[in-house]
Amino acid sequence: MARNKESLVLLLDVGPKMHGVLPQVEKVCAMLLEKKLIYNKFDEVGIVLFGTAETNNELTKEVGGYENVVVLEGIKVVDGDLVDVLDQIPRGTVPGDFLDAIVVGMDMLIKKFGPTNKGKKRLCLITNALSRLRDPYEGTKEDQVSTIAQQMTEQAIKLECVVVRGELSGDADKNVMDENDQLLELFTKKTWAKTLHVESPTSLLGALRTRSIAPVTIFRGDLEVSSGLKIKVWVYKKTSEERFPTLKKYSDKAPATDKFATREIKVDYEYRSIQDPEKVVPPEQRIKGYRYGPEVVPVSSDAWEAVKFKPEKSVKLLGFTDAKNILRQYYMKDVNIFIAEPGKKEAVTAVSALARAMKEMNKVAIVRCVWRQGQAGVAIGVLTPNVSVKENIPDSLYFNLLPFAEDVREFQFPSFKNLPATFQPTEEQQEAADNLVMMLDLAPPAKQENLKPDLTPNPVLERFYHFLNLKAKDPDATVPSLDEALKRIAEPDTELLSQNKSVIDEFQRCFELKENLKKKKSTRSFKEKPSGSDDEKEVIEDHNEGKTLMITDDITAVKVENSDEKPYSALTTNSAAIVEKIGDITPVQDFEAMLSRRDSPDWIAKGIKGLKSKILEFVEDSFAGNNYNKAIECLVALRKGCVLEQEPKQYNDFVQYLCRFCRGHDLNDFCELLGLKGMTLITKSEAVDSDVPDEEARSFLVTKDGKVE
Amino acid sequence: MELDPDEIFGDDEDDSQPNLQERESSKEYVVYIVDASPKMFSTTCPGEDQNDQTHFQMAISCISESLKNRIINSSYDEVAICFFNTREKKNLQDINGVFEFSAGEDGLGRPTARLIKEFDQIEESFVKKIGSQYGIVPGSRENSLYNALWVAQALLRKGSAKTADKRMLLFTNEDDPFGTLKGVTKLDMTRTTLQRAKDAQDLGISIELLPLSNPDRHFSMSHFYADMLGLEGDALADFIPSSIERLQDMKDQLRKRMFKKRRYRTYSLSIANGVSIQLSAYALLRPTVPGSITWLDSTSNLPLKTERSLICADTGALIQEAPKQFLPYRNQEIKFSREEISQIKRVSTTQLCLLGFKPLSCLKDYHNLKPSTFLFPTDEEMIGSTKIFIALHRSMLRLRRFAVAYFGSSTHPQLVALIAQDEIISTRGQIEPPGMHMIYLPYCDDIRNTEELHMDVTFTTPRASNEEIQKAVALMKRVDLRDFSVCQFSNPALQKHYAVLQALALEEDEIPEIKDETLPDEEGMARPGIVNAVEEFKLAVYGEKYEEGESNNISEASRKRKAIAGKAAQESANYDWEDLAENGKLKDLTVSELKFYLAAHRLPVTGKKEALISRILTHMKK
Repeated sequence: MARNKESLVLLLDVGPKMHGVLPQVEKVCAMLLEKKLIYNKFDEVGIVLFGTAETNNELTKEVGGYENVVVLEGIKVVDGDLVDVLDQIPRGTVPGDFLDAIVVGMDMLIKKFGPTNKGKKRLCLITNALSRLRDPYEGTKEDQVSTIAQQMTEQAIKLECVVVRGELSGDADKNVMDENDQLLELFTKKTWAKTLHVESPTSLLGALRTRSIAPVTIFRGDLEVSSGLKIKVWVYKKTSEERFPTLKKYSDKAPATDKFATREIKVDYEYRSIQDPEKVVPPEQRIKGYRYGPEVVPVSSDAWEAVKFKPEKSVKLLGFTDAKNILRQYYMKDVNIFIAEPGKKEAVTAVSALARAMKEMNKVAIVRCVWRQGQAGVAIGVLTPNVSVKENIPDSLYFNLLPFAEDVREFQFPSFKNLPATFQPTEEQQEAADNLVMMLDLAPPAKQENLKPDLTPNPVLERFYHFLNLKAKDPDATVPSLDEALKRIAEPDTELLSQNKSVIDEFQRCFELKENLKKKKSTRSFKEKPSGSDDEKEVIEDHNEGKTLMITDDITAVKVENSDEKPYSALTTNSAAIVEKIGDITPVQDFEAMLSRRDSPDWIAKGIKGLKSKILEFVEDSFAGNNYNKAIECLVALRKGCVLEQEPKQYNDFVQYLCRFCRGHDLNDFCELLGLKGMTLITKSEAVDSDVPDEEARSFLVTKDGKVE
Repeated sequence: MELDPDEIFGDDEDDSQPNLQERESSKEYVVYIVDASPKMFSTTCPGEDQNDQTHFQMAISCISESLKNRIINSSYDEVAICFFNTREKKNLQDINGVFEFSAGEDGLGRPTARLIKEFDQIEESFVKKIGSQYGIVPGSRENSLYNALWVAQALLRKGSAKTADKRMLLFTNEDDPFGTLKGVTKLDMTRTTLQRAKDAQDLGISIELLPLSNPDRHFSMSHFYADMLGLEGDALADFIPSSIERLQDMKDQLRKRMFKKRRYRTYSLSIANGVSIQLSAYALLRPTVPGSITWLDSTSNLPLKTERSLICADTGALIQEAPKQFLPYRNQEIKFSREEISQIKRVSTTQLCLLGFKPLSCLKDYHNLKPSTFLFPTDEEMIGSTKIFIALHRSMLRLRRFAVAYFGSSTHPQLVALIAQDEIISTRGQIEPPGMHMIYLPYCDDIRNTEELHMDVTFTTPRASNEEIQKAVALMKRVDLRDFSVCQFSNPALQKHYAVLQALALEEDEIPEIKDETLPDEEGMARPGIVNAVEEFKLAVYGEKYEEGESNNISEASRKRKAIAGKAAQESANYDWEDLAENGKLKDLTVSELKFYLAAHRLPVTGKKEALISRILTHMKK
């Protein structure tokens, strides 16, 4: 149960110069204990303070010395009281000696467990390491550190130091600081120790690993470079999102007096036939179905098992490629890490050679991974080098999952350079943007990187644990507001903003933002074209939008008419003008266009009617027959159109009317012209609806002529 | 707990509960029009397996593949298939020479397994049932092409052009459909057919031609089809080569569920001093999963519905109201209401809040948790957003910096990195759209210092020497995937899934083999140059003693296991197991005695005594 039990001693510097950051120290330690209470209930913790006026530790009683070190809590299994102790730790009055504290902590661990205890033993030191250490009775401070380190190695005790520096440390003696830093550095060179410098309250909250998770390998086996070369590797998770602890559903049904009630809620699933909701189907009678079109294909799990894709467990190299071929945004998941199998010297060297060569050449490796036998699919991923800067840590490779062809959605977007000039920043604006990007700097050269993910705590989790502890004391507690140090994660740093006020003001001055009051119903913009089809159109659409938006400023009325009415018809106008009536200049073309318009059947009737009146107009207004040719042209077109549209009566009636009209208005020459051009009525064989037999059609003008003569 | 509260991945929603509106706007209505004239049967071209294939067969197999893809990719599409130049007629308008193929219901419909199955078998019965004959012949006023277009247009009358893309796909090998005619009739028919096509296009229907040609006779667009499709100049010159490609594409198309371009959210990015710009967010990368599971009753194959009920574990009472949640802590049950939980998560009120910029080198390879989200500016609500975005985008690209912002989602707030991506265009079109990618950053609690696990306290961690590194460099130069692109592989598991599903649905006898493209190129790796490079690297790192497997270095555990087995075998020999088993005396032995037998025979030694005995008996085949 408590296989991975850990014993931890917190060594906290409470000296005067630490007072400013002690609230954060309290918080981060409390968080650590709160998490232990939930996840690692059997872990043991002790708390040692140094820099106190008082002295209270066993070593001072036994051998003397070790002043100003107080054992606040001896090592014991975590409980709620320990968390309460951290609500307010006593402030000290004298500068602390961290070496003394380390020795006291180590002594506690040794006395408690001796060499037999196999669990993990850890010392956690939080100090500013600013005060001069006492000189040892014999030898140098370096010798002393070496002795302690050796002892720690023997006892398998690990040391984690968080050194508070930068803006948090205030003025300090440079020499003392350097000496102390070197001593702490010496630990990391001699034993399992690591030192972390933090420069902001936020990163102090993120400096301690508050939850210890037993590392589990995802894969142990060969990285197959080729069939002839296999490197033994272990694969672990490098990142994995830490979530809220699992909350259970609460039931208040059991009486409050029932001490043994679990208060839990069970979730029960029942399967009922859709056709017959009364019928409950037992779980074993269910069968999985997958959709295939509108149908569902039942597939028994046995059958599926027999035919499904079954890759063999293996990690195979596909090849190397230039790092630039893998864009950062293609990383799909949390990250794994490939470490050579510990203890295998050659494997460690091989991974190291690959990592360093990859770094040198700016290459990455593509691998195909099946972590477990029976895994449902394969994973294609990229290995990138992680060259270690610490001597005692082997080189390793990061693994990021890459997408398959099916996972990529190829949506098209307009090019920025194709956007109209109104969207392009001017030189002045570009400069303002450049300055902003340059000056709003979170990683200034001389200082520690701000909001480094490795040192940034999750504000939501911090708040959750804080609230949890408050609720344990007072069930009616309200959600606490966000700690100042945590606010710096979610909001811009006010100091950084005020430092760069001029840059920001200039940026604001250069660019103009205006709320779009006439915000159109967004349906149109949602209805974008499918991928790959016409991105052209989209650009045009964007242009249109841009233009209409510009107009908004000046003449609102125009804009409304222009864009809101019919965005699509406006587009088509560009290519082919829409004809709505027949004009004088190109009556035939207008008529044809109207007939071929199919958005409404009315256009045909309108066209015919329009052309008829136009012909009459031509004939009537003709002076010495100067418009006759135009009229004939139109009549030919009308005839053609009426045949096509199967409207023979319209034409036949009109021609007959026209002849009568001409005769009545002394325009007989027009009728003659019709005869000469061989214009006949539309016959039954041309259009079924015509009631004019072939002979009659031909004789139509002849008889008329005859009558005239 | 909440795996994806923000629905960032929610657009992979189950088909069982589709968003109606989205489905409406993203479907396609397609009528496949196939020329069935005798010429389609008499002209052949080399098929896939070297056998000659008639053009008709080619068209059929192409449509069949296209249907099989469509049913998986976008099964809400509706299709119909029309043959023209047929002897028999079958269509709503009852006009000659056009035969509408259907399985079950007439008209446009979603592709079904039955349709695909019957369509696959159409060739055998085609001559008998439908028949092929030239529809456009001198002396007749029939115009089968015109008729086919008309029938197709009538089929596509369903639904509005706004909610669906309507298409006609015409397969023919006749480049001059009215070539047999002369004079007025020819002109007339050409004209009416063109008009018919234009009518269809005016109604928002696109007509696509898939010309079938063979090496001896090229399909000439100039006779008729250039006019019908309105092609001119370059578009005309490019048409034939591109249409051959399209035909191939139609067959080889990957089976993947298609997603229409759809932004899933709009964010406002607050920069500073109240300057806030509008961004649209798109999910360009999301893991695709095989379709959702529908539970069926195995006796009737009818769908089941799942009912969830909450039952109090203490009293068995049914709970109706949404319960509070609790966590046991410090010997109490700490209760949380939903409001409290959401209040805890409400860290920031702004959607995206810019915090500052960092050089790209600060973004490490392990700073990743889930797929990125793509951001593109929009001026829809805030005029001027695009301009600011473009300016920042340029600066970030030029200065090689990324932005850090706080993503204040109400359910899953997170720190994010915004990296600017310049547009990348190739001859195939846009490869990377311009915009920014939002990368979700881990917190310190999410990062594990796994490297430190195997910290070497003796400080003798091996490091590769320069020579070894150079050998690795040489190897790397040999095994270089020059044009590797991230999405060049299709997912073998997914493709297999679809293949199995198709085989089951269509009752095919064998399940098509799926090529696993993700396997290493064994042949390439066996080239002497590469083998040499590998050997040299191996020699440099491992020396002469490289041996595969565990043989030279048995792990602690396995040595221990072997020792135990050896000892057990000795002990086990002291018992007459056969005799004990015969007389049922095994139960008189102690558990540790029983374990001697089990260990000696490499059987599991876990479980209660009865289990151990029965395991021994099974092993002895009693």
